[in-house]
Amino acid sequence: MPAVLEIEGLRKTYKSRRRGTRNALDGFDMRVDAGQVHGFLGPNGSGKTTTLRTLLGLIRPDGGRMALLGHEVPDALPTVAGQVGAIVESPQFFPHFTARDTLSLLAGAGEVPAVRVDEVLELVGLRDRSGERVKTYSLGMKQRLAVASALLKNPKLLILDEPANGLDPGGIREMRTLMRTLAESGMTVVLSSHILGEIQLICDSVTIISLGRRVAFGPVDEVLAQHSSGAVRIRLEAVSDLPVATEALTQAGIRVTGHPDHLMLAGVDKPASVTRLLAEKNLYVSELAPIAVDLESVFLELTATAPVPGQHRQVDESMKVGGTGQPGPAGGGWGA
Amino acid sequence: MSLFRTELRRLSKRRFTRYMTLLGLLVLAAVVVGVFFTNQKIDAGQLARAERQADQQYQEQVRWSEQERVACEQAKTAGTATDGRYPDDCSVITPPPREEIKAEWFLPSTFDFKETFDETLIPFAAILALVGFVIGASFVGAEWSTGGMMNLLLWRPKRLTVLLTKLAALLTGILAVTLPAAVLWFAGFWAVANFRGSTEKMTSGVWQSFMLTGVRGVVLVLVLTTIGFALASLGRHTAMALGGVVAVMVVGQFGLGILLSMASVRFAEAWLLPTYALAWMTKTVTLQDWNSCNATYYGECKPATMDITWQQSSVLLSVGVVVILGAALWAMRRRDIS
Ligand SMILES: Nc1ncnc2c1ncn2[C@@H]1O[C@H](COP(=O)(O)OP(=O)(O)O)[C@@H](O)[C@H]1O
Ligand SMILES: [Mg+2]
Repeated sequence: MPAVLEIEGLRKTYKSRRRGTRNALDGFDMRVDAGQVHGFLGPNGSGKTTTLRTLLGLIRPDGGRMALLGHEVPDALPTVAGQVGAIVESPQFFPHFTARDTLSLLAGAGEVPAVRVDEVLELVGLRDRSGERVKTYSLGMKQRLAVASALLKNPKLLILDEPANGLDPGGIREMRTLMRTLAESGMTVVLSSHILGEIQLICDSVTIISLGRRVAFGPVDEVLAQHSSGAVRIRLEAVSDLPVATEALTQAGIRVTGHPDHLMLAGVDKPASVTRLLAEKNLYVSELAPIAVDLESVFLELTATAPVPGQHRQVDESMKVGGTGQPGPAGGGWGA
Repeated sequence: MSLFRTELRRLSKRRFTRYMTLLGLLVLAAVVVGVFFTNQKIDAGQLARAERQADQQYQEQVRWSEQERVACEQAKTAGTATDGRYPDDCSVITPPPREEIKAEWFLPSTFDFKETFDETLIPFAAILALVGFVIGASFVGAEWSTGGMMNLLLWRPKRLTVLLTKLAALLTGILAVTLPAAVLWFAGFWAVANFRGSTEKMTSGVWQSFMLTGVRGVVLVLVLTTIGFALASLGRHTAMALGGVVAVMVVGQFGLGILLSMASVRFAEAWLLPTYALAWMTKTVTLQDWNSCNATYYGECKPATMDITWQQSSVLLSVGVVVILGAALWAMRRRDIS
């Protein structure tokens, strides 16, 4: 499949006279294939918006190369801009115009036929409110308008930066359906989001970013498989055998958490080894279930942003790949 | 072309544009109406009466100065102390020449098209330049501060083209208001002169000169519009442009004015921007240095002068536009948009 979006070694450094330099993007790579719904995940301040802005020519990178629809950007942006619909960060519009005026001005500037305005208004559910001023819209309605403006071009590539922001549950579900429909019609969709359950439901593949670098990428199930933590739940025929089993497993180097009627094991490579170990002690397993991980826990593990009781995690305290390779908070703040 | 038309549509859709334009036009109309009601047509009877009054005044002056001269000479021969009441040489006490006392002083004001119309073009240009400045600043400033510019650049990534097209649309819009307003202004004052003054002695040369003043006025409006636009784009906010100008005018100009006059610099007005705008409209502004004034006995004064010409103003205006617009374009090309 041809790549619709390619980024290699992208760098962006913000310089501040008082606080030194900050590498918002630090050799970031990304690839999105045609026809996919691609999730772009990362903690706050990890560089998602910076990536999308750079890609769209709004900010100037300090290094790396990017291509959209097979054209090198930013040089070829005038050629591809008509095929890339995007919303970046929170939607912003001139507050005193109506939704219809806003869209019709964009359509005028982009030489899109005026009928398309009504189509997209219908699509995002703003048909009946399109004559009202954007100032009076709720956050979710502005978000819908932003999606409408991105769809106006009927793009080949749709880039949405946190489109679920401010949407109601029904709206999120509609957005999900809309995105699937668009992808089925051949559009490639890239969306950044924090609602990981959502991403897991609608995305074919993901890229996870932390402190300006890619920490994981690929199809969702592969990422999940690679990063399943080896958690296994076991039950024994006799509940009274649980303490003995705990001792045996702990001796074999497996982390065990006891529960009244079962044990949770962590760090198990091959579940079969557990069965063998217990059988040797005449303990018989009645149930052995590898626990499926979800994207959220993988995300928390990969970016090292899982909450720790009693600590207030600061932004930028997340996984830094490259350096030492150790999970845990790494320096990356102002300074350096 | 589609972008240009769209920007023109955006400009005219904005309520700020509409209200400011309306306000500007209302002020202009108020000026015409005001001039209409404060002037009168002068008939031959009034003119004759005024001439008689001027004559009377002259005779009074003659009598008075004669008395004073006699008193002065008497004081001189008597040798009484005069406490500087009289000059050393009594013969300098003379009446003012007859032509110094004008019949107009005794007439209600009247609107002579030939004499006064070009003066009215100054407030015309000033009001529309102000309107153009704030509309220009708000047009692009609001786009920056509400994120509209960013949205547009996602559609049209060529930044300089976008900014210059916006400017072209703005200037077109301002011109579309200014030109008809100028025609109405000519017509309005022609009517005022017709009913409340005179339209006599208009030669083609006078017409030509008025037209040229009008053209210079329109140019001034466009220049200030461009500067407002460029400043707001540079600061990425309407308030930046307006604040900047208020700062320059108040702190810069008033402060400078006070400072210069305290240091008793000669021709202090030569350092103030409005002088150049005025010189642009009137072709020359003659500054006078009243400190070097040699007064005659009845208060006439011949100060040293300095001319500021419209050519000097044109240099200043062009340099201003080139520098400010250049900076705005450069910033548009270089700066990150977030
Ligand atoms: N204009 C800017 N000046 C300085 N730092 C910036 C600027 N924009 C973004 N950053 C920094 O770059 C990092 C990445 O930001 P961003 O891409 O917005 O994160 P997110 O992944 O939440 O969208 C953050 O640490 C942010 O503080
Ligand atoms: Mg963001």
